[in-house]
Amino acid sequence: MTPEPFLGVTERTPVRHHILSVLVENKAGVLARIAGLFARRGFNIYSLAVAPAEGNARFSRVTIVVDAESAPLEQIVGQLDKLVNVVAIKDLAPRDALERELLLATLSVDNANRADVLDVAANTGASIVDVNATSVTVMLAGTPGACDQLERALESFAGVELQRTGRVALPRLVQTASA
Amino acid sequence: MQLTGAQALIKSLEQEGVDTIFGLPGGAILPVYDPILDSSIRHILVRHEQGAGHMAEGYALATGKAGVAMVTSGPGATNIVTPIGNAHMDSTPLVVITGQVATASIGSDAFQECDITGITMGITKHNFLIQSAHEIPRVVASAFYLATTGRPGPVLIDLPKDISQSTMEWWYPESIEELDLPGYHPEIEVDQHAVAQAVELISQSERPVLYVGGGTLKSRAHKDLLTFAERTKMPVVTTLMARGAFPDSHDQHLGMPGMHGMYSAVMAIQKSDLLISLGARFDDRVTGQISSFAAKAKIIHVDIDKAEFNKVRRADVALQTNVASALQALDAAQATPQNLDVWWKEIHTWQERFPLVYDEPTAEGPLRPQHVIEAIARMAAPGTIVAAGVGQHQMWASQFWEFEEPGTWVNSGGAGTMGFGVPAAIGAKVGRPDRTVWCIDGDGCFQMTAQELVTARAEGIPIKVAILNNAYLGMVRQWQEMFYEERYSEVYLSADLPDYVKWAEAMGCVGLRATNLKEMHDVIDRANQINDVPVVIDFRTDSSEKVFPMVAAGASNDDIIVHPLLRGTNQ
Repeated sequence: MTPEPFLGVTERTPVRHHILSVLVENKAGVLARIAGLFARRGFNIYSLAVAPAEGNARFSRVTIVVDAESAPLEQIVGQLDKLVNVVAIKDLAPRDALERELLLATLSVDNANRADVLDVAANTGASIVDVNATSVTVMLAGTPGACDQLERALESFAGVELQRTGRVALPRLVQTASA
Repeated sequence: MQLTGAQALIKSLEQEGVDTIFGLPGGAILPVYDPILDSSIRHILVRHEQGAGHMAEGYALATGKAGVAMVTSGPGATNIVTPIGNAHMDSTPLVVITGQVATASIGSDAFQECDITGITMGITKHNFLIQSAHEIPRVVASAFYLATTGRPGPVLIDLPKDISQSTMEWWYPESIEELDLPGYHPEIEVDQHAVAQAVELISQSERPVLYVGGGTLKSRAHKDLLTFAERTKMPVVTTLMARGAFPDSHDQHLGMPGMHGMYSAVMAIQKSDLLISLGARFDDRVTGQISSFAAKAKIIHVDIDKAEFNKVRRADVALQTNVASALQALDAAQATPQNLDVWWKEIHTWQERFPLVYDEPTAEGPLRPQHVIEAIARMAAPGTIVAAGVGQHQMWASQFWEFEEPGTWVNSGGAGTMGFGVPAAIGAKVGRPDRTVWCIDGDGCFQMTAQELVTARAEGIPIKVAILNNAYLGMVRQWQEMFYEERYSEVYLSADLPDYVKWAEAMGCVGLRATNLKEMHDVIDRANQINDVPVVIDFRTDSSEKVFPMVAAGASNDDIIVHPLLRGTNQ
């Protein structure tokens, strides 16, 4: 059963997503601290990705896409900042962020639709990363929009198993005029 | 110098200047109890771990220093969860040390194992699971630094038994840099731009109110507050957590705001054009219905914790710093409001029309609880510290006791923890042995933690406990009377069961009882003469007494209900 849409609107409400790029100490339990904070304060997480930052064993970067309608962004950032293991928080408005996401999908194929699958992959920029007699696995690393597009394109196929990573993001570079 | 982890822990506590640990030993913490025998630190053996936690809180509230409690793993640790949660709600500095099963057994459901760092994650400022004996000094130093700086709070250290038994080469961090806390920066520079905006708002204000919260006491800003208030002539209200931050005897003090606040304090906030919040957090017990709270007021919000800004009420100026620095900056900028004569005239009208009142006591009893508190206060030594449990007696104590200085009011605010009073009073007396400590308690609260009077007697901690025995869970009874059509459900406790006098005597205390006015004066007099053992007095009070004024939960402060004696006068 799907939950009631926010504010009781019957159509799908555009959710105000915000990206927080959070640098944390790479210590035991730090993810539990973040997840626990979001749970007890009633903040919604849309997606979350964690990995060591800059190849550094001491710090990790957590990219959290938050639903800024569940709570004011200022509250989310303020409470997050109080976690002692949180070192820095960058609030990336979608237009200032370079976002990427990875999508993997395995599809059942037969001789009748194999060409269609290859077509969809070619048209969306996805690559074929695994094949056997009955299945194909495609991969796309791209913008969340590109991943959405591929996901929609795959809706017409049967037997799809699909997994997305959630977004990672960094600030866009400031463009300076060339000399 | 080679030390065991256990020795390193005790030595680290000594380095932090700890003079008292409240605790109770058990298997996983056993190694740490051995070096206590050789330490200068006083250990107070409690009868229940909850007592250790509340004692540490009472100690912290009375002294301003971090309170320290130590318990074993599993049930020892879970029994101290309530005090940790209480300290978290009231921003009380606490360092709690729990034993843990050996590292190799963690996660195996070993005997007396529990995930106490997981359990307390949401109710500590931070917690640590120690990984090696070498890091004990750093963790202890970090725990005290975290607990006492910025917005204070409880910090828990979980120490596995094998680590307390292993050895380390002794060292101690010499600077904050060595603590390795890259994400913690409690020192915040005052934003002069925000100060200038605040000064501008103050200069336009004709009806300002200084809304003083617990952060004022935490930052030891009471002198700065007095200076600022007297120069600007602004009215002052002190929340439940800030009682004692401004003298009750001062002409500019309107008293406590909120659900059971003084009429003038509540109304001054409601009609103000500028509310200067000093380390307060717009708690629902103060605001009542948010939408009608101080509806015409601009807000200057001073807080060390930026997450408090705009959480409940949008601030026109947010000043992130401690209250002392903020008041000093505002004073340096000569922030001055408009002439406040008209404002004060209005406030004086409210004060005259709606003072604190209660029904005339009768000679034969039952006693009026408010009258008992006033009588104890009148006969108490200057500087007496008052602790309370939670409920009607707590509200009456806050209303009818005159607090003149910081550290004299020890109570559970945000969490509302029944049973806080007796152990907290014991902790306060340990921290301030020079002061008389009265615990104003209810019969319901007393029954929750009374066993700690055995601790008090055994350790020579002579507190005085006044049980306002109305035979009910009084505050619940009041709500059932007012909001549930007098359908009293599970609130009757009986005045005679237990027999509080016999119970006190069984615990080695002096037990007294008063049912009428003469006895009331006599027993208070007797209690004041006993300074070697704890005294417990069973005051038989009127069950039907209710706390007024009252703003019903969720109602607007404008709809404050005054005492029946004052009704009929034009509100």
